[in-house]
Amino acid sequence: MIDVFRAEWTKIRSVRSTVWTLAVTAVLMLGFSALVSAVAQNMANGPVPGSQVIASSLTGVMLASISMATLGVLVISSEYRTGGIRTSLMAVPQRMRLLTGKIVVFAAVSLVVCLVASVGAVGVALAISQPPSVDMGEVARASLGSGLYLTACGLFGLGLGTLIRHTPGAIVSAISLIMVLPTVATQLPGQWGRTVAEYFTTNAGLLVVSGDSHGSLGPWSGFAVYLAWVAVAMIAGAVLMRRRDA
Amino acid sequence: MTAIRATNLSKRYGGTVAVADLSFDVEPGQVTGFLGPNGAGKSTTMRMILGLDHPSGGSVLVDGRPYGELRHPLRKVGALLDAKAVHGGRSARNHLLAIAQTNGIPASRVEEVLEAVGLAKVARRRVGGFSLGMAQRLGIAAALLGDPEILLFDEPVNGLDPDGILWIRTFMRKLAAEGRTVFVSSHLMSEMAQTADHLVVIGKGALIADTSMSEFIGRSSQSYVRVRSPRLAEVADLIKVGDLHADHLRVTGVTPLEIGTITARAGLPLEELTLVQPSLEAAYMELTKDSLEYSS
Repeated sequence: MIDVFRAEWTKIRSVRSTVWTLAVTAVLMLGFSALVSAVAQNMANGPVPGSQVIASSLTGVMLASISMATLGVLVISSEYRTGGIRTSLMAVPQRMRLLTGKIVVFAAVSLVVCLVASVGAVGVALAISQPPSVDMGEVARASLGSGLYLTACGLFGLGLGTLIRHTPGAIVSAISLIMVLPTVATQLPGQWGRTVAEYFTTNAGLLVVSGDSHGSLGPWSGFAVYLAWVAVAMIAGAVLMRRRDA
Repeated sequence: MTAIRATNLSKRYGGTVAVADLSFDVEPGQVTGFLGPNGAGKSTTMRMILGLDHPSGGSVLVDGRPYGELRHPLRKVGALLDAKAVHGGRSARNHLLAIAQTNGIPASRVEEVLEAVGLAKVARRRVGGFSLGMAQRLGIAAALLGDPEILLFDEPVNGLDPDGILWIRTFMRKLAAEGRTVFVSSHLMSEMAQTADHLVVIGKGALIADTSMSEFIGRSSQSYVRVRSPRLAEVADLIKVGDLHADHLRVTGVTPLEIGTITARAGLPLEELTLVQPSLEAAYMELTKDSLEYSS
């Protein structure tokens, strides 16, 4: 299995799309943090409380989730687009080993980059706003939550890419499921509608970034619900990958 | 041991039959040509050999096992299916390195194969900018990475210039001479005539012939000598055994030298004196014509 990890690492580091999407993620995280903090600082009459600074420092997560999902999609859909998937499967005919290699290497790269970007975003906000007191536990939870959330979004993209095998189709699906449909879901009527909205993909997943609780879901249970969505996409993709002709 | 063995191999896409009940063996130490018109099912068969497409029926074994059960398949089998099926953004070296790593092949081997196919100087360039000829060489480099005993090439000379064609032909002959199994598909009869020792011919997904090259050619009409002359009637009278056509004489069983000697003695001028060998192309057309008659 270590052979497959090494090969996937070579693949992911040797294309420009990786560098670009990761750079965009970092820029979005840091840029939004600086912008929102500066605006909040100007508008506030006194010092901004620490918890509010931390919350607003992670505004970039909304857009960064899309760039991470895009990278996740590309990790596999670019092989289907070029036909390189056949070369990969000739080298590793056990398809689940190949997919596992992609999942593990992508998740590792994503975790490192997204954790660093999240810590950076919180740090930038704290430096600009200079709040009177900061709860370091809250800084750690927010940074960790944001890094994990962005990685989960990337894996969502990887699952959808495996399922759909077509770059534009998979990216549009990822944007719909991460950004568009969660908002639409909140418009559903009645108690049933509220429950659906609460459990719908990123509505549940974002709780780990904000640290809030919503209905029956807290930060970690919300994140677990989101991971279940990601797992469904990934398992559906894996089943089809095994069954379909490459 | 038989390198590749297909047994009643079939592939259907919905109602369309791509490969029908195909059985053949590919043996080591020779170039086996896999011949058939476009759409005959050659590429589908190649993909099934490599475990990329699932057969609808039957089986195909590589070195006695299904491809998917090989632990380090690239050390046993090297294949070139589609030279342009590479990520254009990667350098040639990184492309090969990733493939090598999957099968525990050392990085030094990447440099060796790049050298072997003449791409060492462009190893750092992005493969998206490669010409078809260079991409073909890169594909062959990938196939050679694991120093495999069995090599598969799908239409390797398609779209190549004469230099590239000659290079690939020589390369395949060399690999077979080293005792390896070389299985190469083509729809170009003339190409096969110059490369293959053995032929597996398919049409409409079904086996037409599985035979040696010489036997295959021998099945078609015999060779003859074509003679043309401004005084053709006199030449015909002199040779006697010829078969007189409108503008030429067709002679069987006599060599061009014998005919030339006889006509020279008689002082008859010749316009043409050609030994016409039955081509693989002609043999192929005859065979596929027959198979079409049987099927309709």
